[in-house]
Amino acid sequence: MNYDPPVDVMRRHNVRISGPVDGQPMVFAHGFGCDHHMWRQVASAFEDRYRVVLFDHAGAGDADPSAYDLDRHSSLAGYAEDVVSLCHDLGLLHVVFVGHSVSSMIGALAAIAEPGLFDKLIMVGPSARYLNDAGYVGGFEASDIEALLEALEANYLGWSAGMAPAIVGNADRPELGATLTASFCRTDPAIAARFARVTFTSDNRADLALVTTETLVMQCRNDIIAPEVVGEYVRDHLPNVSYSLLEATGHCPNLSAPEETAAVIAAFLDR
Amino acid sequence: MSVSLERFYGALLDDDAAALYEQAPCAYLSTTSDGLIVKVNETFLQWTGLDRDAVVGRLRFADLLTVGSRIYHETHHLPMLMMHGRAQEIALDLLRADGRILPAIMNSVIERDPDGQPVAIRTALFDASERRRYEQELLLAKRRAEASEREARVLSALVQQTLITPAVPSIDGLAIAAAYRPAGLGDEIGGDFYDIFELPGGSWVIVVGDVEGKGVEAAVVTALVRHVVRAAAAHSERPAQILREVNQAIFGHPSDRYCTAVVLWLRPTDAGWSAAISLAGHPPALLTRAGTHRPTAIGRYCKLLGAFEDPEFSDTTFELGPGDSLFLYTDGVTEARGAIGWYGQDRLADLLESVAGDDPGPVVDRVLADVLAFQADLPRDDIALVAIAAEMRPAD
Repeated sequence: MNYDPPVDVMRRHNVRISGPVDGQPMVFAHGFGCDHHMWRQVASAFEDRYRVVLFDHAGAGDADPSAYDLDRHSSLAGYAEDVVSLCHDLGLLHVVFVGHSVSSMIGALAAIAEPGLFDKLIMVGPSARYLNDAGYVGGFEASDIEALLEALEANYLGWSAGMAPAIVGNADRPELGATLTASFCRTDPAIAARFARVTFTSDNRADLALVTTETLVMQCRNDIIAPEVVGEYVRDHLPNVSYSLLEATGHCPNLSAPEETAAVIAAFLDR
Repeated sequence: MSVSLERFYGALLDDDAAALYEQAPCAYLSTTSDGLIVKVNETFLQWTGLDRDAVVGRLRFADLLTVGSRIYHETHHLPMLMMHGRAQEIALDLLRADGRILPAIMNSVIERDPDGQPVAIRTALFDASERRRYEQELLLAKRRAEASEREARVLSALVQQTLITPAVPSIDGLAIAAAYRPAGLGDEIGGDFYDIFELPGGSWVIVVGDVEGKGVEAAVVTALVRHVVRAAAAHSERPAQILREVNQAIFGHPSDRYCTAVVLWLRPTDAGWSAAISLAGHPPALLTRAGTHRPTAIGRYCKLLGAFEDPEFSDTTFELGPGDSLFLYTDGVTEARGAIGWYGQDRLADLLESVAGDDPGPVVDRVLADVLAFQADLPRDDIALVAIAAEMRPAD
């Protein structure tokens, strides 16, 4: 899997690094839908002692468009390969990997591919399989994916012309507004549709048992993307796991409850 | 004050905040920061057919949505709202009490407390049934257009393969090679073509041509020219006769296209080939004699095809003996434009000089590669090339 021509890793994944040079590396990976901005408020809580790495997956946010490859990114394994190369290219060792949503499983696959790479693996709102199956509740039916693609399409009708209005003043939170990019949550429609399909048809149930890395599963209440029963399945099938049911609701505690999210992660890392 | 304005102000007097809220021409909806619905207006209840008691304090915003919209809401809409403090013109589908769908467009804002913590989300929601139907039609039209485009590309490629002889025939006593490269990325039907065919008695006719323009109409003319060349060759004696018939055919054709062409007629002789060549608005062929290096232009320049009712075409005859080679090409070679100007006939002659004596195959490859490199691999015009070299005739 060579990139031709080779593109600098920083630009390829729009990498943002902060925190002390000698701090333990902490890599935050965003899920389906948005980009690394999802993690900003949580990540900033670790910048005093960890080497914090934020990045955009290929095809998302401001990642280099040439980083997206139809074949490589037709499965989560391709995204996991990206994570492994990213860590190698940046020379990261003993990494704390924090994955939101589908990036939880991307992290799991990377941990399986290279067991020594991660020191700890943190999954926020993970699902080993989104679709229901015999004897398994994932929360969705296959037809729901088509419905999601329609919803995506309905909102992409004004995609090219309608990006600017999404970025309006954050008078009350100027520190956010200043760094926002127009691409937040608005990726190339064709890629978004493919990533949706790759995400929601993934099945990583058999992979869970292979993850030897010490893992924390963080579960929200009222999460319709990854309901509690789904998070509990992940917990029950990981060999080396801690579990935390957050007070936060919904699928994005990194945005809706950044303080609680950061505190739970810190407690896991500090114990 | 006019009567209508009086009525207008009278109506305003009846407005109070509550009525403006409840009867607004859009649906209003307020939720806690984690989505629990705490307040809705009358318009919302009318549009959705839901009962206030069944909604307020009971349902979350996501519960109102169809599955697809729910996932979009959680993965895109809410994050956008959280990050920007507002989200505008988001298309989501609501489920009505009767099970039907209410396609809606909505704007939402987040209300925060002095510490910046989100406390409420306010949403104004517009019935977008008509608009969404129209958008669906647009979407279908877009998909149809994309499908047609894909089909057109496949057809183009097919037509191109059909119009260009895919493999050159094998001819006793003549080595031959040809190449064709359409302009640009190569996904449109070009106007250049070549054809090589045998006549009774062992004669061969080679034609290289360039129909003005590209696309389907050019392809139609290209097909016409190739057909007429073959038909005319069957009852002609010389290339000029063929060109005259082609000119009549294009001149009488409803299309406004012109065409340039070079026709070469080869008759086998004991020593090699007796050749006749005729040009119609086309660059001359380049002839390299055995044992020499520098090619010379051959053929007399005559008018292009399709522009005049009865132009004169003239033949140039010559012998093609063992080791002699001839190079036919379209102006996609000589008029190729690169960073340093035109490619030009001199550059082509220089290149042919450097490969004098080589077999036609490598010569054609070399010229094509050089012309493409000259234009950074993005040719602005089609390129068609045919190279031949007379061989020793096998003993009968």
